[in-house]
Amino acid sequence: MALDSRVPKGPIKDKWTDYKNKIDLVNPANKRHIDIIVVGTGLAGGSAAATLAELGYNVKAFAYQDSPRRAHSIAAQGGINAAKNYQGDGDSTYRLFYDTVKGGDYRSREANVYRLAEVSTNIIDQCVAQGVPFARDYGGLLDNRSFGGVLVSRTFYAKGQTGQQLLLGAYSAMNRQIARGKIEMFNRHEMLDVVKVDGKARGIIARNLITGEVERHSAHAVVVATGGYGNVYFLSTNAMGSNVTAAWKIHKKGAYFANPCYTQIHPTCIPRSGDYQSKLTLMSESLRNDGRIWVPKSLDDVKAIREGSKKPTDLSEDERDYYLERRYPAFGNLVPRDVASRAAKERCDAGYGVNATGEAVYLDFAAAIERYGKEQAKIQNISNASDAKIYELGQAIVEAKYGNLFQMYEKIVDQNPYKTPMMIYPAVHYTMGGVWVDYNLMTTVPGLYCIGEANFSDHGANRLGASALMQGLADGYFVLPYTIGDYLSDDIRTGKISTDTKEFEEAEKEVKAKIDFFVTNKGTKSVDYFHKKLGKVMWDKCGMSRNEKGLKEAMVEIKAIREEFWKEVSVPGSASEMNPELEKAGRVADFLELGELFAKDALTRNESCGGHFREESAEESGPQKGEAKRNDKDYAFVSAWEYKGEPADAVLHKEELEFKDIELKQRSYK
Amino acid sequence: MTFVICLRLRPWLPLLKSKNNFKIMGGFFKSSIGRKVAMALSAFFLMFFLLQHLVINMLSVISPDAFNEVSHFMGTNPLVQFALQPVLIFAVVFHFVMGFVLELKNKKANGVSYAKNNGGANSTWMSRNMIYSGLVVLAFIVLHFIDFWIPEINTKYIVGDMTGLHNGEFRYYHELVEKFHSPLRVGAYVISFILLGLHLAHGFTSAFQSMGATAGRKKNLQLIGKAYSIIVPLGFIIIALFHHLTHNH
Amino acid sequence: MNLTLKIWRQKDSNAKGQMVDYKVTDISEHMSFLEMMDVLNEQLVNSGEEPVAFDHDCREGICGMCSMYINGEAHGPDRGITTCQLHMRMFKDGDTITIEPFRAAAFPVIKDLVVDRTSFERIQQAGGYISVNTSGNTQDANSIPISKHAADEAMDAATCIGCGACVATCKNSSAMLFVGAKVSQYALLPQGQVEAADRVQNMVAQMDLEGFGNCTNTGACEVECPKGISLDNIARMNRELMKATIK
Repeated sequence: MALDSRVPKGPIKDKWTDYKNKIDLVNPANKRHIDIIVVGTGLAGGSAAATLAELGYNVKAFAYQDSPRRAHSIAAQGGINAAKNYQGDGDSTYRLFYDTVKGGDYRSREANVYRLAEVSTNIIDQCVAQGVPFARDYGGLLDNRSFGGVLVSRTFYAKGQTGQQLLLGAYSAMNRQIARGKIEMFNRHEMLDVVKVDGKARGIIARNLITGEVERHSAHAVVVATGGYGNVYFLSTNAMGSNVTAAWKIHKKGAYFANPCYTQIHPTCIPRSGDYQSKLTLMSESLRNDGRIWVPKSLDDVKAIREGSKKPTDLSEDERDYYLERRYPAFGNLVPRDVASRAAKERCDAGYGVNATGEAVYLDFAAAIERYGKEQAKIQNISNASDAKIYELGQAIVEAKYGNLFQMYEKIVDQNPYKTPMMIYPAVHYTMGGVWVDYNLMTTVPGLYCIGEANFSDHGANRLGASALMQGLADGYFVLPYTIGDYLSDDIRTGKISTDTKEFEEAEKEVKAKIDFFVTNKGTKSVDYFHKKLGKVMWDKCGMSRNEKGLKEAMVEIKAIREEFWKEVSVPGSASEMNPELEKAGRVADFLELGELFAKDALTRNESCGGHFREESAEESGPQKGEAKRNDKDYAFVSAWEYKGEPADAVLHKEELEFKDIELKQRSYK
Repeated sequence: MTFVICLRLRPWLPLLKSKNNFKIMGGFFKSSIGRKVAMALSAFFLMFFLLQHLVINMLSVISPDAFNEVSHFMGTNPLVQFALQPVLIFAVVFHFVMGFVLELKNKKANGVSYAKNNGGANSTWMSRNMIYSGLVVLAFIVLHFIDFWIPEINTKYIVGDMTGLHNGEFRYYHELVEKFHSPLRVGAYVISFILLGLHLAHGFTSAFQSMGATAGRKKNLQLIGKAYSIIVPLGFIIIALFHHLTHNH
Repeated sequence: MNLTLKIWRQKDSNAKGQMVDYKVTDISEHMSFLEMMDVLNEQLVNSGEEPVAFDHDCREGICGMCSMYINGEAHGPDRGITTCQLHMRMFKDGDTITIEPFRAAAFPVIKDLVVDRTSFERIQQAGGYISVNTSGNTQDANSIPISKHAADEAMDAATCIGCGACVATCKNSSAMLFVGAKVSQYALLPQGQVEAADRVQNMVAQMDLEGFGNCTNTGACEVECPKGISLDNIARMNRELMKATIK
């Protein structure tokens, strides 16, 4: 099947407006007769469910947690971008579009990104109207902060809990529709397959996680908004339950999976402390506004610090290597995430890591505390303020900005980050890859949509900070509710979809068979055993830098782990009860397939771009030596993989990327 | 403090006759918060009563004559006897009955109890045991009624002697002193007042919180509450001990 | 360190549960409490027993899913954190740790340490929102200035994660801190004014219907709340309800 991105004709500025004007609509009386299933209730799914219900469709929403409010969007800390230009610093729709395409290393679809930048301002208006308590300045107007990879201040925030507040906003909109009876909410339900009737998505099979019952649900269209697959690495900043299952199941039923190898490794996370570690904790990128990243210049100091005979605060300015400021003078500590992460890895690989595992660098706030302290002393007319007073004043400002993050750090690491620099290290955070969708956000299966982090579309090979919240809400509030009407306008006479058909029966049988296998298999090893093993291969060979040899090994190793899994996995308990081990088993089974496709995709893309760094493709000389080298001639395309049984047999389809409004350049943050 | 009460009370005066706005539940005072407010309102009245009771009783320490005068006035004034006294009785009965009703409801809301519960980690003993301190105070009130109120009602309204005289003198001071002869009774009084103090230590600020008073006033309120819950019971204890110790036959 | 765990085990909502003793060894003080539970569960799975079911998800203290009553306190002995952020350095070698589900009649146990908190959902559905359509055709975000003070205070109330520690801790199983926080968030913002009276009445009515107890102002909820939601929010809710009733 040839890929048709369905991008409308015309100049980029007018595409979305013109398209909306001409799109087929469903009249309000008919919407009542149309059912839509939304799987996942984070920012994308929650906002989509609320908006579709408001429009008049009957929505069935599914979440594996006990409430939509628990979705992992809630953990996003820093903020949300919007081209409001409230700061008057030259921001515009075009500039946000440009920054996002450039930040994504020119591997995203122009038309989608422009639309995203266009609707970004509506999101802020909408959220404020919903009662989202964004930070404000003393004049009562909205405040902004800046984020990595851009030169303007366009990030709106609510302390360090922006994701939480935006999700609660979408959740409140959902609650209003649940109360009206327009959304039927299925908490503690997990989608285990999609059901296709005559080639169209017409329902899902879901398991009730309390009773274990396997249920059939039908609808005229299915929306998958189940987030990213970062947990394929076992350790990531994702929630423990975050999984690829829904996305992978639809992939197996015909939806192409795009760019699986594009993974964002976030530079500022709390380093790992031991083998028992179950997840990694992110420290918001906003910290890089005020924190300076460094390692010691000399290996002797590194050794002394590791042994505990020296403290980081003992080192003078001259003895510190602020490597981001050194390498990227223009952007300094605010380079994009992929660049910052690789730079940290480079220093640590060279032996400069500052903790026992050798995988940590410092994020230091001393300079910011001093700067703010002096500023405050001036504001408060304190002349000849003592160092202690300046420190106290400065600490208060830093605390007001990042207090909750500092507290979180202290609880986990048991060190006071006001007194000693934080230790950070990159960790898997977000996946730019995902289910391939066209301009309408529809997958290659008619009637099957994919939104939010689960799809591939807007961030290219690297996502800029504060853009995930923007994309999730844009998809859910302002894009999908329009585009889905175009498809559903053909369904106004279809009537209710029956679940008593052979398609539903077969799908249900298949799901039940797999569940039965798990609970009856006489294995010897726990699900986590396999998940950790997979995670290690992924991190070592498909992590921050990749090469041909490693990727080939990864494919073989993952396949072997998968085969062992199906023989040796042990799942206690039964199928007809709440059984967390059984849930995990199903999810890890899918990760074990995705992992191999991931490696295959990374192997196929023999260029470095964004979060995907191929050691074979780096600048060999000149001022950019060692930086990623993109290959636009051969790789300016989206890799969309078609399922053919074994992941190794997946077939590649290319969507060529055209850049008409942006000149392709090497991404330089020097 | 009175100012605060007035300020906070004003908007609710029409509330007593307002129509029920609740769509699901049957009226403000049937709602959980309404009941809290009712508890707080009766508590305010009782706390005010306690204060004036203490002031009058204090007179017995300072000047028996003044005590007799005021007691006679209170005991025979129709407004006090036929308006305030019924309100007081109602407030006492209401506060206790509502206290029990809420306790039962709250027990029901609790479900299975914890195998291990470390209540001391997050709240004061007083706040968790209002029902017990309240029960002791209730037992005290029964004793107090038997001691004073029932004989008083008997003399005035059944025997019909409204003179307040005994052997040509006012009887009030004498009766008061008489009661504090027994060390057992004095002991019971002292214990009851300590419990009352504990009840008030939480109850005073709690009543204000229930009525919606928040942060700005909180610090001062807590201070006043502490002072009140110590001074009032202590005053009564001093009176009891004073008469017990100074009138040994 | 080596520990003895006393854990509530209950097969399903209808079964009778009981406390069961387990031993775990070689626990690092840097582990989080839930990682210690992972160690126990791995041990149970490897010996063919059913692992202990417990709610958890984000493991960074924001989703509100984790919900254990540890040594007599919601989210354990530390302050300002959820169970997933509790670290084993709070305990000593040889300790016995009692682990129970959050208890309240309105939070029935589903299995082991997992409880059903959908009563919170229904309270939110009764009025925890501002009735504005998600069309995006609202006025510009900066057209209503909101004082920084009010915005910050609304934010403090809005940080509630809906974990239910307040209910679990309360000797009366009262949900007033949870409801008060939501009522306050909207009461403090101009956008929330239009529906303020209906909102507080409907949410309180639903809270009562769900069988939560009454607030006796012990203040335990505020102490145990992982997000430090202030008791002032309950007072504000009381005011809002009185205001709504006499309107």
